[in-house]
Amino acid sequence: MSNPKPETRNSKLETRNMKLSLGPLPYYWPRQQVLDFYDGIAHSAVDIVHVGETVCSRRHELRLPDWIAVAERLANAGKEVVFSTQTLMESEADLRTLRKIVAEDQYTVEANDMGAVQLLAAQGRAFVAGPFLNIFNLATLQLMASLGARRWVPPVETSAAALLTMQANRPAGLQTEVFAYGRLPLAFSARCFTARHFNLQKDDCHYKCQAFPDGLDMQTREGQAFLSLNGVQTQSAQICNLSGEVDHMRELGVDVLRISPQSSNTVTVIDTFYAQLAGEISADRAYARLAELGVGESCNGFWHGQAGLSHVTSALAQQ
Amino acid sequence: MLTNKPFELVCPAGALPALKAAVDNGADCVYTGLKDNTNARNFSGLNFDDASLREGLRYAHARGAKVLLALNTYPQVDTWPRWTAAVDKAADLGVDAVIMADPGLMEYAHTKYPHLRLHLSVQGSATTYEAIRFYHERFGIQRAVLPRVLAMAQVENVVKNTPVEIEVFGFGGLCIMVEGRCALSAYVTGESPNTVGVCSPAKSVRYEQTPQGMETRLNGVLIDRFADGEKTGYPTLCKGRFVANNETYYAIEGPASLNTLELLPQLMDAGVKAIKIEGRQRSPSYVAQVTRVWREAIDSALQSRERYTVRDGWMAALNKVSEGQMHTLGAYHRPWK
Repeated sequence: MSNPKPETRNSKLETRNMKLSLGPLPYYWPRQQVLDFYDGIAHSAVDIVHVGETVCSRRHELRLPDWIAVAERLANAGKEVVFSTQTLMESEADLRTLRKIVAEDQYTVEANDMGAVQLLAAQGRAFVAGPFLNIFNLATLQLMASLGARRWVPPVETSAAALLTMQANRPAGLQTEVFAYGRLPLAFSARCFTARHFNLQKDDCHYKCQAFPDGLDMQTREGQAFLSLNGVQTQSAQICNLSGEVDHMRELGVDVLRISPQSSNTVTVIDTFYAQLAGEISADRAYARLAELGVGESCNGFWHGQAGLSHVTSALAQQ
Repeated sequence: MLTNKPFELVCPAGALPALKAAVDNGADCVYTGLKDNTNARNFSGLNFDDASLREGLRYAHARGAKVLLALNTYPQVDTWPRWTAAVDKAADLGVDAVIMADPGLMEYAHTKYPHLRLHLSVQGSATTYEAIRFYHERFGIQRAVLPRVLAMAQVENVVKNTPVEIEVFGFGGLCIMVEGRCALSAYVTGESPNTVGVCSPAKSVRYEQTPQGMETRLNGVLIDRFADGEKTGYPTLCKGRFVANNETYYAIEGPASLNTLELLPQLMDAGVKAIKIEGRQRSPSYVAQVTRVWREAIDSALQSRERYTVRDGWMAALNKVSEGQMHTLGAYHRPWK
């Protein structure tokens, strides 16, 4: 699908009223693949792009100066750039990297750990409260807003029912971004499961995760797709696909939909969401296309207050 | 200060008999929970009501031990009042400290009960001194329990850089994922430690004998399969055998238990303040046995770190109650990672 020029699509923007963001790249790809990927993203319809390494501090194809260069190219293309930070921090070196990112005051930082919130609040910097901060109730949400959060991402297991209450009482000016597409980030560990698959330790991993651009698929013993091993992160094998819930999210006042990168078709995924938001294609068509484009089967259980791996059709949900 | 001990033994008290067993066998502190999802061991038949908690406090205090109350799940938006009521109860009953994870709840406790001692739960997932500083500066936490993800050198670095007392897990069931941010159980069953206080809940479990063997399922998902003669394990979802690249194995974690007896002198030298024994779901006899061993070990190490050695008797006693599970040093030992 070719990308129409920005000018011709602007008229559609008012009807969209939700923005699209590209979540941070969770996987470990070769340097050129990453650079090419973000070049494509720069010309895509996302409004916000998250850059940076959120999973493993051993990954080094792009170091901070490289990420900053990527950020500059994206900003020049008119994107809002957010630096996402590491979720599970273990060492002093991890803290040093975090401090350097926080010091880059040109870009908003997404905090995925309370240490990051601490540093950002101490510097009086506005930030994005990421999905791993466990913001489950209004008291914590208000606290984060008072510390400088200007956008927050609910934990991925947050249901629509819970979000309704949060949205009805959210602090003024605080935007809400919902994880709407991609393999769900479910857990982090000190242990690297990819290295372990090859009987290697994390400190001597030979960067095996690079061989799995969407994570290493893990099935049950009867062949059911279950999880994806992405180094120290465990993801769902299934794709969270909330394109069927777009109208509901609009009603709830969700501001941004987050799309998580996958090794293929990410731009097509973005285009499909854009077209749906702009009313260019129907929700059913968008959902079906997005289901096909995913690296796994679709699920939406969390949104409906059920086991995450469930798939609830909208008709059922309305009963 | 919680106690005047240089190094504390913190033991699990699933209910009043276990509390007494822990105190009788030398625990310096015991940690408890209420009979609802305000704590991360929300199992039916477990935990304390007002009467048993009052009695537990009386019993422990009379013997010089302290009682901590775990309120360590994340209050959900529609049930927030249940957690604030639990904080009110904790203050009213006079528990020695509350163990919490949620910042909003900590703010409530700190504002309304400035003299109520706050401990940061492992569920708060604070793995660096900057994260700990967040809770210390805002809520005056006096102790933090570290997730079981740090190598010894990393533990030392945390202790060195914070005035907050550090408590670490020393023995018991091992969570392979960093505590406080695991949604695996929620993905499979809809219930997780953070939100409901359970992982891989019993009501989602099914055992089925098939021609291929005994199959264990969680909400229908096949977690493992056991041949004749193989001991059937509870389907904790990260502890099953799965298939990756055509290999069937314990892809995430095998059934192992943490045991840091040999690290005791190092933990003390690192400046760690307390060791936590996991196991609120365990029996009073388990708690008695484990507490006794660790009391002896700690006293021995306090007496002389240089001459400290892990006694065979200790290991035998611990192995007896661990059902022959493999012991590991976990993340404290870097190669485990």
